Amino acid sequence: MYVLTDNFSTYVEGFVGTVELTVYASLLALVLGFLMASFRVAPVGSFRVFGAVWVAVLRNTPLTLLFFAVLLGLPRFGLVLPFKVFAILALGCYTSAFICEALRSGINTVPKGQGEAARSLGMSFGQTLNSVVLPQAFRSVIPPVGSTLIALAKNSAIAGAFSVTELLGTYKTLNELGYSIIWTFVWIALGYLIITLTISAIFNYMEKRWGVAR
Amino acid sequence: MTATAQHDSSALYDIPGPNTRKRHFAYGVLSTLLIVGLVAWVLYLLFDTEQFTATKWTPFEYKGIQELLLRGLGNTLKAFAIAAVLSLALGTVLAVGRLSDHKPVRWLATLIVEFFRAMPVLVMIFFIFVALKVQPLPALVAGLTLYNGSVLAEVFRSGINSVERGQREAAYSLGMRKTQVMNYVLAPQGVRAMLPAIISQLVVALKDTSLGYLITYEEFLHAGKLIASNLDYDLPFIPVVMVISPIYIGMCMLLSWFATWVSKRQRRSPKTEAVHVAPAEPGTLLPGAQ
Repeated sequence: MYVLTDNFSTYVEGFVGTVELTVYASLLALVLGFLMASFRVAPVGSFRVFGAVWVAVLRNTPLTLLFFAVLLGLPRFGLVLPFKVFAILALGCYTSAFICEALRSGINTVPKGQGEAARSLGMSFGQTLNSVVLPQAFRSVIPPVGSTLIALAKNSAIAGAFSVTELLGTYKTLNELGYSIIWTFVWIALGYLIITLTISAIFNYMEKRWGVAR
Repeated sequence: MTATAQHDSSALYDIPGPNTRKRHFAYGVLSTLLIVGLVAWVLYLLFDTEQFTATKWTPFEYKGIQELLLRGLGNTLKAFAIAAVLSLALGTVLAVGRLSDHKPVRWLATLIVEFFRAMPVLVMIFFIFVALKVQPLPALVAGLTLYNGSVLAEVFRSGINSVERGQREAAYSLGMRKTQVMNYVLAPQGVRAMLPAIISQLVVALKDTSLGYLITYEEFLHAGKLIASNLDYDLPFIPVVMVISPIYIGMCMLLSWFATWVSKRQRRSPKTEAVHVAPAEPGTLLPGAQ
């Protein structure tokens, strides 16, 4: 019971580590996912193939294998970075494949006539994209992107098992100090619940505010 | 809807004219060159860091090592098979609970589903393995079952709820009891509609069996790690990754393609006329939604 109060700083450190991993990896995943989605709907064939291969491979790779390959493999090429950066890279690339698919299916829900109407009004490509297609696509991608980012927050636990400072990783320290293991895990679980429920609250609010009325 | 599916274009681009086609062709050639250059650079790095030396690849010729890898693969598939069956069973039970007419049952099932969906599956596996001191295989299977069972419960439930209202009403007006309505009318159509999502969730379960590596379950990745940390073969880490990942990714891809195939087939089937067939991707329902 006293695990939390005695080791508050350890828990906070782990909690902040998880939040940091989640935020940075989310940003990377959103940027890469947007890039890959624009590749997948591009009129140039080789971009489309590249995007499709990226998604097909990363969506079907077990995250543990990716962590294994990135954290232990990249240093073999002389690329030495802090573990945390490797973890962000692995998490971000993995999640970008799911974000890409969510964005792509969002763009595909916009009827073709919308783009045709915009072009026949004389709008340029940028205008069509910014004031017609993307605003409509945005409304329908809120729930899938939200659940993808929740999955990302949960997946960051794997980084903890690969000894990156993270919430799940705190159990090792506390276990060695001889605290009750059950209570240790209760507080770890609570930490994850706070993070995932916060993300889902944000996205539920966004869905209410901007989502498509179904 | 079908128009966007048939043509490869979206709302973004016009049908290209001759000039645009020429420009696109130029972009295509340039980007292909860029991608080829990237691949060549990776290959150069691999050769440069001596990943293709004979010492690093000889271990794969030994029978003992091949058997080690095969045993690992077998253990992975075993954990997947048990976890898949158990999570389908748990998912059914929890979905029945969530659709129950009795408030306490519904409440309990909702609590269980929402809790296990919000919790990282690895935390559950570690809790069962470390705190409850369970063997690696049961710990891995239990963790996977709790998580995937909860997600599948939501998939089943949304499948049953997506059956057109008229079906339920017609069944009730024929004098069927609730169990009969569920078993003969709603569940067959709901499961049919959700089959692609169910198979995609099983892909998630297959991928997550690799978490067993972290609790020293002797699965595929664990076998790879054993070979990779062998000094006799000059630490063949990259070769091991190059052997293991195609097999892992291939297995998951096969299952994913199967889900897509089922999705296409179900959409054509006359038996799914009263439901919307889910796309071939794992459930994406936000926690706390609805």
